[in-house]
Amino acid sequence: MDETISLVLFSGTDDKLQAAAVLAAGGAAMGKPVHIFLQYWALDAFRKDRIGADHGLAPEAGEKGRAAVEAAAKAGQASWADTMRAVKELGGVDIQACSLSMDVLKIEESDLDPLVDGVQGVAAFYINAGSGQIVFI
Amino acid sequence: MGKSDIKITVDASGLSCPLPIVRTAQAVKTASSGDLIEVIATDPGSVKDFQAWAKATGNELVEQTVADGKYRFVLRLK
Repeated sequence: MDETISLVLFSGTDDKLQAAAVLAAGGAAMGKPVHIFLQYWALDAFRKDRIGADHGLAPEAGEKGRAAVEAAAKAGQASWADTMRAVKELGGVDIQACSLSMDVLKIEESDLDPLVDGVQGVAAFYINAGSGQIVFI
Repeated sequence: MGKSDIKITVDASGLSCPLPIVRTAQAVKTASSGDLIEVIATDPGSVKDFQAWAKATGNELVEQTVADGKYRFVLRLK
């Protein structure tokens, strides 16, 4: 069970990042190497000055969805950033920022939370992904 | 299986998916082959998760019980 799983995170809303954190955590706990590639709004959410901010929810959440998510958080559900931190401690998870997204959003590597291991281009992403599955979120 | 045989207890009560298996995977790193690890969880999804986790990691799920809304798993490390 050591085939690599690659998660491409594009969306920057808290619900999608939470779903991504769950997939990353599950993969890592099962011993799979997990590569995370951050693009656009997901990358923006990993800025160290706003990683803990409210990033909103996907449009389909609606008011009921927001209430459900808020209730889960109140009941003690870990935030996606906390889940990502727990996963990083476990090892086997590499988080890379997309260099094009860095350019477009005018983000410097020093702006990013320490969860992010580095910056890479799409060719490096594909090399690391190998023949493993790629999931776009 | 007596309590005394348990090497590590992971209390994942109140934690939602996937934290019970994440905490267990963390605990496994500090244990050795043959050790018994007990996990207490309240997440109903953990039943299938621990079966899958054991299968994927090669560790043996030797016990699985539920009482008072708490799930208890005992795993033997490979």
